[in-house]
Amino acid sequence: MGQDINLFLDASIALKHALRRGDFELDVDVQIPATGITGLFGDSGSGKTTLLRCIAGLETGMSHDPRPVHKRGIGYVFQEPQLFPHLDVRRNIEYGLRRSPSTRVDQGQVVELLGLGGLLDRKPDGLSGGEAQRVAIASVLLRSPRLVLMDEPLASLDQRRKEELLPYLDRLHDELSVPIIYVSHSIDEVSRLCDHLLLIDEGKIVASGELHEVLSRLDLPMLSGSNAGSVIDASPQRYDSVYNLTELGFSGGVLAVPGRYEARERSVRLRIAAQDVSICLSRPNATTILNVLAAEIDDVQPVGPSSALVRLAVGSEYLLALITRRSVARLDLKKGDQVFAQVKSVTVRH
Amino acid sequence: MESLSGTSILAPLLLSAQLALVTTIVLIVIGTPIAWWLSQTDSRFKPVAQAIVAMPIVLPPTVLGFYLLILLGPNGAIGGWWVQLTGNALTFSFAGLVIASCFYSLPFAVQPLQNAFESLPRQTLEFAWTQGASKLDAFFSVAVPMSVRGFVGAAVLSFAHTLGEFGVVLMVGGNIPGETRVISIAIYDSVETLNYGDAHQMSLLLLGFAFVVLFGMFVVNRRWSLR
Repeated sequence: MGQDINLFLDASIALKHALRRGDFELDVDVQIPATGITGLFGDSGSGKTTLLRCIAGLETGMSHDPRPVHKRGIGYVFQEPQLFPHLDVRRNIEYGLRRSPSTRVDQGQVVELLGLGGLLDRKPDGLSGGEAQRVAIASVLLRSPRLVLMDEPLASLDQRRKEELLPYLDRLHDELSVPIIYVSHSIDEVSRLCDHLLLIDEGKIVASGELHEVLSRLDLPMLSGSNAGSVIDASPQRYDSVYNLTELGFSGGVLAVPGRYEARERSVRLRIAAQDVSICLSRPNATTILNVLAAEIDDVQPVGPSSALVRLAVGSEYLLALITRRSVARLDLKKGDQVFAQVKSVTVRH
Repeated sequence: MESLSGTSILAPLLLSAQLALVTTIVLIVIGTPIAWWLSQTDSRFKPVAQAIVAMPIVLPPTVLGFYLLILLGPNGAIGGWWVQLTGNALTFSFAGLVIASCFYSLPFAVQPLQNAFESLPRQTLEFAWTQGASKLDAFFSVAVPMSVRGFVGAAVLSFAHTLGEFGVVLMVGGNIPGETRVISIAIYDSVETLNYGDAHQMSLLLLGFAFVVLFGMFVVNRRWSLR
Protein backbone atom coordinates (compact mmCIF):
# COMPACT_ATOMS: atom_id res chain seq x y z
CA MET A 1 0.00 0.00 0.00
CA GLY A 2 2.94 2.32 0.54
CA GLN A 3 1.21 4.45 3.12
CA ASP A 4 3.90 5.33 5.59
CA ILE A 5 3.19 8.88 4.68
CA ASN A 6 0.42 10.08 2.44
CA LEU A 7 -0.61 13.56 1.61
CA PHE A 8 -4.39 13.89 1.53
CA LEU A 9 -5.42 16.98 -0.43
CA ASP A 10 -2.42 18.71 1.12
CA ALA A 11 -4.48 19.04 4.29
CA SER A 12 -3.12 16.29 6.45
CA ILE A 13 -0.31 13.78 6.71
CA ALA A 14 -1.05 10.23 7.79
CA LEU A 15 1.46 8.57 10.04
CA LYS A 16 1.01 4.84 10.35
CA HIS A 17 3.82 2.84 11.86
CA ALA A 18 4.19 -0.32 13.87
CA LEU A 19 7.40 -1.82 15.15
CA ARG A 20 8.36 -4.24 17.89
CA ARG A 21 11.79 -4.38 19.39
CA GLY A 22 12.28 -6.46 22.50
CA ASP A 23 9.90 -5.17 25.15
CA PHE A 24 9.21 -1.97 23.27
CA GLU A 25 6.30 -1.72 20.89
CA LEU A 26 5.57 1.26 18.68
CA ASP A 27 2.06 1.45 17.30
CA VAL A 28 1.08 4.76 15.76
CA ASP A 29 -1.79 5.61 13.46
CA VAL A 30 -2.54 9.31 13.44
CA GLN A 31 -3.06 12.26 11.11
CA ILE A 32 -1.32 15.58 11.47
CA PRO A 33 -1.85 18.84 9.58
CA ALA A 34 0.24 19.34 6.45
CA THR A 35 1.18 22.85 7.55
CA GLY A 36 2.84 24.34 10.58
CA ILE A 37 4.81 22.68 13.34
CA THR A 38 3.55 19.55 15.06
CA GLY A 39 5.15 18.93 18.43
CA LEU A 40 5.89 15.34 19.40
CA PHE A 41 6.14 15.38 23.17
CA GLY A 42 7.00 12.51 25.47
CA ASP A 43 9.44 11.23 28.07
CA SER A 44 12.73 9.67 27.05
CA GLY A 45 12.12 6.09 26.00
CA SER A 46 8.56 6.84 24.92
CA GLY A 47 9.39 6.17 21.25
CA LYS A 48 9.75 9.71 19.88
CA THR A 49 12.99 9.11 18.03
CA THR A 50 11.94 5.64 16.92
CA LEU A 51 8.80 7.12 15.37
CA LEU A 52 10.83 9.76 13.53
CA ARG A 53 13.24 7.10 12.27
CA CYS A 54 10.32 5.03 11.01
CA ILE A 55 8.88 8.02 9.17
CA ALA A 56 12.26 8.74 7.56
CA GLY A 57 12.77 5.09 6.65
CA LEU A 58 15.86 4.68 8.79
CA GLU A 59 14.46 1.70 10.70
CA THR A 60 15.13 -1.16 8.34
CA GLY A 61 12.79 -4.00 7.66
CA MET A 62 9.81 -2.43 9.42
CA SER A 63 8.46 -0.16 6.73
CA HIS A 64 5.45 -0.52 4.47
CA ASP A 65 6.96 2.14 2.25
CA PRO A 66 9.01 0.45 -0.45
CA ARG A 67 10.90 3.63 -1.26
CA PRO A 68 14.49 3.88 -0.03
CA VAL A 69 15.36 6.66 2.40
CA HIS A 70 16.83 8.95 -0.25
CA LYS A 71 13.68 8.97 -2.37
CA ARG A 72 11.21 9.84 0.40
CA GLY A 73 11.79 13.58 0.37
CA ILE A 74 11.70 13.76 4.16
CA GLY A 75 14.27 15.98 5.85
CA TYR A 76 15.81 14.96 9.16
CA VAL A 77 17.48 17.33 11.61
CA PHE A 78 19.34 15.23 14.19
CA GLN A 79 19.91 16.18 17.80
CA GLU A 80 23.64 16.45 17.06
CA PRO A 81 24.02 18.39 13.81
CA GLN A 82 25.37 15.99 11.19
CA LEU A 83 27.51 18.08 8.89
CA PHE A 84 30.04 16.71 6.42
CA PRO A 85 33.43 17.68 7.89
CA HIS A 86 35.24 17.62 4.54
CA LEU A 87 32.92 20.20 2.96
CA ASP A 88 32.64 23.89 3.77
CA VAL A 89 29.32 25.34 4.87
CA ARG A 90 28.32 26.33 1.35
CA ARG A 91 28.93 22.82 -0.01
CA ASN A 92 27.22 21.33 3.01
CA ILE A 93 24.00 23.20 2.39
CA GLU A 94 24.21 22.48 -1.35
CA TYR A 95 24.71 18.73 -0.78
CA GLY A 96 21.01 17.92 -0.63
CA LEU A 97 20.10 20.58 -3.16
CA ARG A 98 22.28 18.91 -5.81
CA ARG A 99 20.50 15.63 -5.14
CA SER A 100 17.03 17.04 -5.26
CA PRO A 101 14.89 16.66 -8.39
CA SER A 102 13.23 20.03 -7.94
CA THR A 103 13.41 22.74 -5.38
CA ARG A 104 10.91 25.44 -4.55
CA VAL A 105 12.93 27.08 -1.82
CA ASP A 106 15.08 30.10 -2.51
CA GLN A 107 18.65 29.51 -1.36
CA GLY A 108 19.27 33.17 -0.62
CA GLN A 109 16.16 33.34 1.52
CA VAL A 110 17.13 30.31 3.62
CA VAL A 111 20.69 31.56 4.06
CA GLU A 112 19.30 34.90 5.17
CA LEU A 113 16.60 33.38 7.36
CA LEU A 114 19.11 31.29 9.29
CA GLY A 115 21.79 33.98 9.38
CA LEU A 116 24.41 31.95 7.54
CA GLY A 117 25.77 34.71 5.31
CA GLY A 118 29.04 35.05 7.19
CA LEU A 119 29.60 31.32 7.64
CA LEU A 120 29.50 30.04 4.06
CA ASP A 121 33.25 29.64 3.59
CA ARG A 122 33.90 28.10 7.02
CA LYS A 123 34.50 24.42 7.70
CA PRO A 124 32.07 22.68 10.10
CA ASP A 125 34.72 22.04 12.78
CA GLY A 126 35.02 25.80 13.29
CA LEU A 127 31.31 26.30 14.03
CA SER A 128 29.60 26.53 17.40
CA GLY A 129 26.88 24.00 18.18
CA GLY A 130 24.15 26.52 17.42
CA GLU A 131 25.74 27.59 14.14
CA ALA A 132 26.21 23.97 13.08
CA GLN A 133 22.56 23.23 13.84
CA ARG A 134 21.46 26.24 11.76
CA VAL A 135 23.58 24.96 8.85
CA ALA A 136 22.01 21.51 9.21
CA ILE A 137 18.52 23.03 9.21
CA ALA A 138 19.32 25.12 6.12
CA SER A 139 20.65 22.03 4.30
CA VAL A 140 17.45 20.18 5.04
CA LEU A 141 15.12 23.03 4.06
CA LEU A 142 16.89 23.70 0.76
CA ARG A 143 15.84 20.32 -0.56
CA SER A 144 12.17 21.40 -0.30
CA PRO A 145 11.26 18.30 1.65
CA ARG A 146 7.60 17.31 1.91
CA LEU A 147 8.07 17.00 5.65
CA VAL A 148 10.86 17.96 8.05
CA LEU A 149 11.62 15.90 11.15
CA MET A 150 13.47 17.64 13.95
CA ASP A 151 14.73 15.43 16.77
CA GLU A 152 15.33 17.68 19.77
CA PRO A 153 17.47 20.08 17.73
CA LEU A 154 18.15 22.21 20.81
CA ALA A 155 18.93 19.42 23.25
CA SER A 156 22.67 19.34 22.64
CA LEU A 157 23.00 23.11 23.12
CA ASP A 158 23.56 25.02 26.33
CA GLN A 159 20.94 27.51 27.47
CA ARG A 160 22.60 30.49 25.76
CA ARG A 161 22.87 28.70 22.41
CA LYS A 162 19.28 27.57 22.79
CA GLU A 163 18.11 31.15 23.23
CA GLU A 164 20.21 32.02 20.20
CA LEU A 165 18.65 29.38 17.95
CA LEU A 166 15.02 29.65 19.04
CA PRO A 167 14.30 32.93 17.21
CA TYR A 168 15.49 31.29 13.97
CA LEU A 169 13.02 28.46 14.51
CA ASP A 170 10.29 31.03 15.13
CA ARG A 171 11.13 32.63 11.80
CA LEU A 172 11.03 29.30 9.98
CA HIS A 173 7.60 28.75 11.40
CA ASP A 174 6.41 32.17 10.34
CA GLU A 175 7.92 32.31 6.87
CA LEU A 176 8.05 28.78 5.45
CA SER A 177 5.15 26.54 4.64
CA VAL A 178 6.91 23.20 5.01
CA PRO A 179 5.35 20.98 7.69
CA ILE A 180 7.64 20.11 10.58
CA ILE A 181 7.44 17.42 13.24
CA TYR A 182 9.34 18.74 16.23
CA VAL A 183 10.39 16.28 18.92
CA SER A 184 11.01 17.58 22.39
CA HIS A 185 10.75 16.60 26.01
CA SER A 186 10.50 20.27 26.99
CA ILE A 187 6.91 21.47 27.23
CA ASP A 188 8.20 25.06 27.08
CA GLU A 189 9.80 24.50 23.68
CA VAL A 190 6.75 22.71 22.37
CA SER A 191 4.39 25.41 23.66
CA ARG A 192 6.47 28.11 22.10
CA LEU A 193 6.98 26.64 18.64
CA CYS A 194 4.14 24.32 17.80
CA ASP A 195 0.63 24.62 16.39
CA HIS A 196 -0.35 21.01 16.83
CA LEU A 197 0.61 18.58 19.53
CA LEU A 198 1.10 14.82 19.67
CA LEU A 199 1.69 13.18 23.03
CA ILE A 200 3.46 9.84 22.92
CA ASP A 201 3.78 7.38 25.77
CA GLU A 202 5.21 3.85 25.59
CA GLY A 203 5.04 3.83 21.81
CA LYS A 204 1.40 4.96 21.59
CA ILE A 205 -0.05 8.33 20.70
CA VAL A 206 -2.15 9.29 23.74
CA ALA A 207 -3.36 12.67 22.48
CA SER A 208 -3.38 14.55 19.21
CA GLY A 209 -4.86 17.92 18.42
CA GLU A 210 -4.46 21.63 18.14
CA LEU A 211 -1.93 22.91 20.70
CA HIS A 212 -4.28 25.03 22.84
CA GLU A 213 -6.87 22.29 22.88
CA VAL A 214 -4.49 19.51 23.96
CA LEU A 215 -2.83 21.71 26.56
CA SER A 216 -6.19 22.57 28.13
CA ARG A 217 -7.15 18.93 28.66
CA LEU A 218 -7.21 17.81 32.27
CA ASP A 219 -7.30 14.04 31.66
CA LEU A 220 -3.70 13.57 30.45
CA PRO A 221 -1.30 12.34 33.15
CA MET A 222 1.64 13.55 31.00
CA LEU A 223 0.30 17.07 31.22
CA SER A 224 -0.35 17.23 34.93
CA GLY A 225 2.10 18.54 37.50
CA SER A 226 4.85 20.80 36.24
CA ASN A 227 4.01 20.14 32.57
CA ALA A 228 0.47 21.45 32.98
CA GLY A 229 -0.12 24.88 31.58
CA SER A 230 -1.85 26.82 28.86
CA VAL A 231 -0.88 28.96 25.92
CA ILE A 232 -2.46 32.30 25.06
CA ASP A 233 -1.83 34.37 21.95
CA ALA A 234 -1.98 38.06 22.87
CA SER A 235 -1.10 41.33 21.16
CA PRO A 236 1.01 44.15 22.61
CA GLN A 237 -1.06 47.22 23.52
CA ARG A 238 0.87 49.58 25.73
CA TYR A 239 4.43 49.87 26.99
CA ASP A 240 5.04 51.18 30.52
CA SER A 241 8.50 52.72 30.32
CA VAL A 242 8.70 53.45 34.05
CA TYR A 243 8.56 49.78 35.08
CA ASN A 244 9.57 48.28 31.73
CA LEU A 245 6.32 46.34 31.36
CA THR A 246 4.29 45.63 28.26
CA GLU A 247 0.54 45.17 28.49
CA LEU A 248 -0.66 42.40 26.22
CA GLY A 249 -4.32 42.15 25.35
CA PHE A 250 -6.38 39.06 24.57
CA SER A 251 -10.06 38.17 24.66
CA GLY A 252 -9.98 37.60 28.43
CA GLY A 253 -8.31 40.84 29.46
CA VAL A 254 -4.83 42.27 29.77
CA LEU A 255 -1.60 40.71 31.04
CA ALA A 256 1.43 42.81 31.97
CA VAL A 257 4.79 41.16 31.30
CA PRO A 258 8.34 42.43 31.81
CA GLY A 259 10.14 43.71 28.73
CA ARG A 260 9.17 45.64 25.66
CA TYR A 261 7.08 44.11 22.88
CA GLU A 262 6.19 46.27 19.92
CA ALA A 263 2.61 46.67 18.85
CA ARG A 264 3.54 45.79 15.27
CA GLU A 265 4.35 42.23 16.31
CA ARG A 266 1.26 40.43 15.11
CA SER A 267 0.92 38.41 18.29
CA VAL A 268 2.95 37.24 21.22
CA ARG A 269 2.58 33.71 22.52
CA LEU A 270 2.39 33.42 26.28
CA ARG A 271 2.79 30.23 28.23
CA ILE A 272 1.30 30.18 31.69
CA ALA A 273 2.22 27.17 33.80
CA ALA A 274 -0.65 25.78 35.90
CA GLN A 275 1.50 25.89 39.03
CA ASP A 276 1.83 29.68 38.59
CA VAL A 277 -1.93 30.29 38.66
CA SER A 278 -3.95 30.55 41.88
CA ILE A 279 -7.64 31.20 42.42
CA CYS A 280 -9.50 33.79 44.58
CA LEU A 281 -13.24 33.98 45.06
CA SER A 282 -13.19 37.78 45.16
CA ARG A 283 -10.96 40.22 43.35
CA PRO A 284 -7.79 40.51 45.44
CA ASN A 285 -6.68 44.08 45.99
CA ALA A 286 -3.81 43.81 48.42
CA THR A 287 -1.60 41.45 46.44
CA THR A 288 1.84 41.61 44.84
CA ILE A 289 0.50 39.63 41.93
CA LEU A 290 0.25 41.96 38.95
CA ASN A 291 -2.01 39.94 36.73
CA VAL A 292 -5.49 39.15 37.96
CA LEU A 293 -8.13 37.99 35.47
CA ALA A 294 -11.84 37.39 35.87
CA ALA A 295 -12.56 33.78 35.02
CA GLU A 296 -15.21 31.11 35.07
CA ILE A 297 -14.43 27.59 36.25
CA ASP A 298 -14.88 25.22 33.35
CA ASP A 299 -13.77 21.96 34.92
CA VAL A 300 -12.08 20.57 38.02
CA GLN A 301 -10.18 17.28 37.99
CA PRO A 302 -8.10 15.61 40.70
CA VAL A 303 -4.63 14.71 39.37
CA GLY A 304 -3.18 12.95 42.37
CA PRO A 305 -3.78 12.33 46.06
CA SER A 306 -3.36 16.00 46.95
CA SER A 307 -3.51 18.05 43.72
CA ALA A 308 -6.24 19.11 41.37
CA LEU A 309 -6.22 20.83 37.99
CA VAL A 310 -8.78 23.56 37.36
CA ARG A 311 -9.59 24.76 33.88
CA LEU A 312 -10.60 28.41 33.82
CA ALA A 313 -12.36 30.07 30.90
CA VAL A 314 -10.91 33.55 30.38
CA GLY A 315 -12.60 35.18 27.42
CA SER A 316 -12.27 32.65 24.61
CA GLU A 317 -9.04 31.21 26.07
CA TYR A 318 -8.31 28.76 28.82
CA LEU A 319 -6.03 29.01 31.83
CA LEU A 320 -5.07 26.03 33.96
CA ALA A 321 -4.51 26.25 37.70
CA LEU A 322 -2.75 23.55 39.71
CA ILE A 323 -4.02 23.78 43.28
CA THR A 324 -4.52 21.45 46.25
CA ARG A 325 -7.61 19.32 46.60
CA ARG A 326 -8.03 20.78 50.07
CA SER A 327 -8.42 24.24 48.53
CA VAL A 328 -10.97 22.89 46.06
CA ALA A 329 -12.96 21.53 48.98
CA ARG A 330 -12.48 24.56 51.24
CA LEU A 331 -13.62 27.05 48.56
CA ASP A 332 -16.13 24.56 47.17
CA LEU A 333 -14.90 25.17 43.62
CA LYS A 334 -17.11 23.77 40.90
CA LYS A 335 -17.97 24.23 37.26
CA GLY A 336 -19.67 27.55 36.54
CA ASP A 337 -18.23 29.47 39.51
CA GLN A 338 -17.14 33.05 38.78
CA VAL A 339 -13.64 33.49 40.24
CA PHE A 340 -10.44 35.49 39.84
CA ALA A 341 -7.22 33.94 38.56
CA GLN A 342 -3.93 35.28 39.90
CA VAL A 343 -1.11 34.74 37.41
CA LYS A 344 2.27 34.77 39.06
CA SER A 345 4.51 34.27 36.07
CA VAL A 346 4.23 34.37 32.29
CA THR A 347 6.71 32.99 29.78
CA VAL A 348 6.79 35.04 26.63
CA ARG A 349 7.86 33.86 23.20
CA HIS A 350 10.07 36.68 22.00
CA MET B 1 72.37 1.85 -10.33
CA GLU B 2 75.58 -0.22 -10.35
CA SER B 3 76.38 -2.25 -7.31
CA LEU B 4 79.85 -2.74 -5.85
CA SER B 5 80.18 -6.06 -7.63
CA GLY B 6 79.09 -4.56 -10.94
CA THR B 7 75.67 -6.30 -11.15
CA SER B 8 72.57 -4.14 -11.30
CA ILE B 9 70.52 -3.79 -8.16
CA LEU B 10 68.20 -1.47 -10.04
CA ALA B 11 66.20 -4.24 -11.71
CA PRO B 12 65.08 -6.00 -8.51
CA LEU B 13 64.39 -2.64 -6.92
CA LEU B 14 62.18 -1.49 -9.76
CA LEU B 15 60.47 -4.86 -9.91
CA SER B 16 59.69 -4.66 -6.19
CA ALA B 17 58.34 -1.14 -6.55
CA GLN B 18 56.23 -2.17 -9.53
CA LEU B 19 54.87 -5.19 -7.68
CA ALA B 20 54.09 -3.13 -4.60
CA LEU B 21 52.35 -0.44 -6.63
CA VAL B 22 50.17 -2.82 -8.62
CA THR B 23 49.33 -4.82 -5.49
CA THR B 24 48.42 -1.66 -3.60
CA ILE B 25 46.06 -0.51 -6.34
CA VAL B 26 44.41 -3.91 -6.60
CA LEU B 27 44.11 -4.15 -2.81
CA ILE B 28 42.48 -0.74 -2.45
CA VAL B 29 39.95 -1.74 -5.10
CA ILE B 30 39.06 -5.13 -3.59
CA GLY B 31 39.86 -4.28 0.03
CA THR B 32 37.45 -1.33 0.16
CA PRO B 33 34.22 -3.30 -0.38
CA ILE B 34 35.45 -6.05 1.95
CA ALA B 35 36.29 -3.50 4.66
CA TRP B 36 32.98 -1.70 4.14
CA TRP B 37 31.01 -4.91 4.46
CA LEU B 38 32.93 -5.89 7.60
CA SER B 39 32.35 -2.44 9.11
CA GLN B 40 28.59 -2.43 8.46
CA THR B 41 27.47 -6.02 8.87
CA ASP B 42 26.00 -7.77 11.89
CA SER B 43 26.16 -11.07 10.02
CA ARG B 44 27.20 -14.12 12.00
CA PHE B 45 29.70 -14.81 9.22
CA LYS B 46 31.59 -11.64 10.09
CA PRO B 47 34.05 -13.32 12.52
CA VAL B 48 34.71 -16.01 9.93
CA ALA B 49 35.47 -13.42 7.27
CA GLN B 50 37.60 -11.43 9.71
CA ALA B 51 39.62 -14.51 10.61
CA ILE B 52 40.22 -15.38 6.95
CA VAL B 53 41.32 -11.84 6.12
CA ALA B 54 43.67 -11.72 9.12
CA MET B 55 45.24 -15.15 8.60
CA PRO B 56 48.23 -13.97 6.53
CA ILE B 57 49.40 -12.03 9.59
CA VAL B 58 49.97 -15.18 11.65
CA LEU B 59 50.63 -17.86 9.01
CA PRO B 60 54.23 -18.60 8.06
CA PRO B 61 54.70 -17.23 4.53
CA THR B 62 55.74 -20.71 3.46
CA VAL B 63 52.32 -22.11 4.33
CA LEU B 64 50.55 -19.37 2.41
CA GLY B 65 53.08 -19.75 -0.41
CA PHE B 66 52.59 -23.52 -0.53
CA TYR B 67 48.83 -23.29 -0.91
CA LEU B 68 49.12 -20.46 -3.40
CA LEU B 69 51.61 -22.52 -5.41
CA ILE B 70 49.04 -25.29 -5.65
CA LEU B 71 46.19 -22.87 -6.39
CA LEU B 72 48.11 -20.90 -9.00
CA GLY B 73 49.90 -23.89 -10.55
CA PRO B 74 48.84 -25.06 -14.03
CA ASN B 75 46.65 -27.72 -12.42
CA GLY B 76 45.26 -25.41 -9.74
CA ALA B 77 41.85 -23.69 -9.83
CA ILE B 78 43.15 -20.23 -10.67
CA GLY B 79 46.32 -21.31 -12.46
CA GLY B 80 44.52 -23.73 -14.78
CA TRP B 81 42.01 -21.09 -15.75
CA TRP B 82 44.83 -18.62 -16.36
CA VAL B 83 46.65 -21.07 -18.65
CA GLN B 84 43.46 -21.51 -20.68
CA LEU B 85 43.02 -17.78 -20.88
CA THR B 86 46.56 -16.64 -21.68
CA GLY B 87 48.54 -19.75 -22.52
CA ASN B 88 51.07 -18.93 -19.77
CA ALA B 89 51.52 -20.33 -16.30
CA LEU B 90 50.81 -18.09 -13.31
CA THR B 91 53.49 -19.57 -11.12
CA PHE B 92 56.92 -18.05 -11.54
CA SER B 93 55.42 -15.03 -13.32
CA PHE B 94 54.85 -11.40 -12.35
CA ALA B 95 51.07 -11.80 -12.56
CA GLY B 96 51.30 -14.73 -10.16
CA LEU B 97 53.33 -12.60 -7.78
CA VAL B 98 50.66 -9.89 -7.85
CA ILE B 99 47.95 -12.40 -6.94
CA ALA B 100 50.08 -13.93 -4.19
CA SER B 101 50.95 -10.47 -2.81
CA CYS B 102 47.31 -9.50 -2.73
CA PHE B 103 46.51 -12.45 -0.47
CA TYR B 104 49.61 -11.83 1.59
CA SER B 105 49.00 -8.10 2.15
CA LEU B 106 45.18 -8.18 2.29
CA PRO B 107 44.94 -7.61 6.08
CA PHE B 108 47.19 -4.58 5.80
CA ALA B 109 44.72 -2.97 3.40
CA VAL B 110 41.49 -4.15 5.00
CA GLN B 111 42.18 -3.36 8.63
CA PRO B 112 43.00 0.36 8.35
CA LEU B 113 40.01 0.79 6.03
CA GLN B 114 37.70 -1.15 8.33
CA ASN B 115 38.84 0.91 11.32
CA ALA B 116 38.21 4.12 9.40
CA PHE B 117 34.76 3.00 8.25
CA GLU B 118 33.79 1.82 11.73
CA SER B 119 34.66 5.20 13.21
CA LEU B 120 32.33 7.03 10.81
CA PRO B 121 29.34 8.36 12.75
CA ARG B 122 26.36 6.33 11.62
CA GLN B 123 24.10 9.38 11.72
CA THR B 124 26.27 11.30 9.28
CA LEU B 125 25.57 8.62 6.69
CA GLU B 126 21.89 8.57 7.63
CA PHE B 127 21.81 12.32 7.19
CA ALA B 128 23.33 11.95 3.71
CA TRP B 129 20.63 9.40 2.81
CA THR B 130 17.83 11.65 4.02
CA GLN B 131 19.43 14.43 1.98
CA GLY B 132 18.81 12.45 -1.19
CA ALA B 133 22.00 10.44 -1.52
CA SER B 134 21.67 6.76 -2.41
CA LYS B 135 23.80 4.37 -0.36
CA LEU B 136 26.41 4.23 -3.14
CA ASP B 137 26.38 8.01 -3.58
CA ALA B 138 26.75 8.56 0.17
CA PHE B 139 29.59 6.06 0.25
CA PHE B 140 31.60 7.96 -2.35
CA SER B 141 30.59 11.50 -1.39
CA VAL B 142 30.73 11.12 2.41
CA ALA B 143 32.26 7.86 3.65
CA VAL B 144 35.32 7.89 1.37
CA PRO B 145 36.36 11.53 1.92
CA MET B 146 35.81 11.14 5.66
CA SER B 147 38.04 8.04 5.64
CA VAL B 148 41.07 9.55 3.86
CA ARG B 149 43.29 8.54 6.74
CA GLY B 150 42.20 4.95 6.40
CA PHE B 151 42.95 4.96 2.69
CA VAL B 152 46.39 6.51 3.21
CA GLY B 153 47.15 4.00 5.95
CA ALA B 154 45.93 1.08 3.84
CA ALA B 155 47.98 2.19 0.82
CA VAL B 156 51.16 2.83 2.80
CA LEU B 157 51.00 -0.43 4.72
CA SER B 158 50.08 -2.52 1.65
CA PHE B 159 52.92 -0.97 -0.34
CA ALA B 160 55.51 -1.34 2.40
CA HIS B 161 54.43 -4.82 3.36
CA THR B 162 54.49 -6.05 -0.24
CA LEU B 163 57.93 -4.53 -0.71
CA GLY B 164 59.16 -6.55 2.25
CA GLU B 165 57.69 -9.93 1.39
CA PHE B 166 60.06 -12.81 0.91
CA GLY B 167 58.77 -16.27 1.74
CA VAL B 168 55.64 -16.17 -0.38
CA VAL B 169 57.56 -14.75 -3.35
CA LEU B 170 60.16 -17.43 -3.06
CA MET B 171 57.52 -20.17 -3.04
CA VAL B 172 55.35 -18.81 -5.83
CA GLY B 173 57.68 -16.69 -7.93
CA GLY B 174 61.09 -18.22 -7.62
CA ASN B 175 64.02 -16.12 -8.70
CA ILE B 176 63.73 -15.09 -12.35
CA PRO B 177 65.60 -11.85 -13.08
CA GLY B 178 63.30 -9.12 -14.38
CA GLU B 179 60.20 -11.25 -13.78
CA THR B 180 60.11 -12.42 -10.17
CA ARG B 181 63.49 -11.46 -8.72
CA VAL B 182 62.36 -8.81 -6.28
CA ILE B 183 64.65 -6.97 -3.93
CA SER B 184 64.23 -9.23 -0.92
CA ILE B 185 65.17 -12.24 -3.05
CA ALA B 186 68.12 -10.35 -4.47
CA ILE B 187 69.35 -9.62 -0.94
CA TYR B 188 69.04 -13.30 -0.02
CA ASP B 189 70.98 -14.22 -3.16
CA SER B 190 73.72 -11.75 -2.39
CA VAL B 191 74.12 -13.11 1.11
CA GLU B 192 74.12 -16.70 -0.16
CA THR B 193 76.93 -15.84 -2.55
CA LEU B 194 78.72 -13.91 0.22
CA ASN B 195 78.31 -10.68 -1.74
CA TYR B 196 77.81 -8.63 1.43
CA GLY B 197 78.41 -5.33 -0.36
CA ASP B 198 75.27 -5.65 -2.48
CA ALA B 199 73.34 -7.06 0.45
CA HIS B 200 74.29 -4.02 2.52
CA GLN B 201 73.31 -1.56 -0.18
CA MET B 202 69.90 -3.07 -0.79
CA SER B 203 69.17 -3.75 2.86
CA LEU B 204 70.04 -0.21 3.80
CA LEU B 205 67.78 1.06 1.06
CA LEU B 206 64.83 -0.97 2.39
CA LEU B 207 65.65 -0.04 5.97
CA GLY B 208 65.65 3.67 5.11
CA PHE B 209 62.47 3.35 3.07
CA ALA B 210 60.61 1.52 5.83
CA PHE B 211 61.60 4.12 8.39
CA VAL B 212 60.74 7.10 6.20
CA VAL B 213 57.35 5.70 5.22
CA LEU B 214 56.31 4.72 8.74
CA PHE B 215 57.71 7.92 10.25
CA GLY B 216 55.85 9.97 7.63
CA MET B 217 52.63 8.11 8.35
CA PHE B 218 52.85 8.62 12.11
CA VAL B 219 53.67 12.31 11.68
CA VAL B 220 50.67 12.78 9.42
CA ASN B 221 48.45 10.85 11.83
CA ARG B 222 49.62 13.03 14.70
CA ARG B 223 48.88 16.20 12.77
CA TRP B 224 45.45 14.89 11.94
CA SER B 225 44.59 13.91 15.45
CA LEU B 226 45.86 17.20 16.87
CA ARG B 227 43.69 19.19 14.53
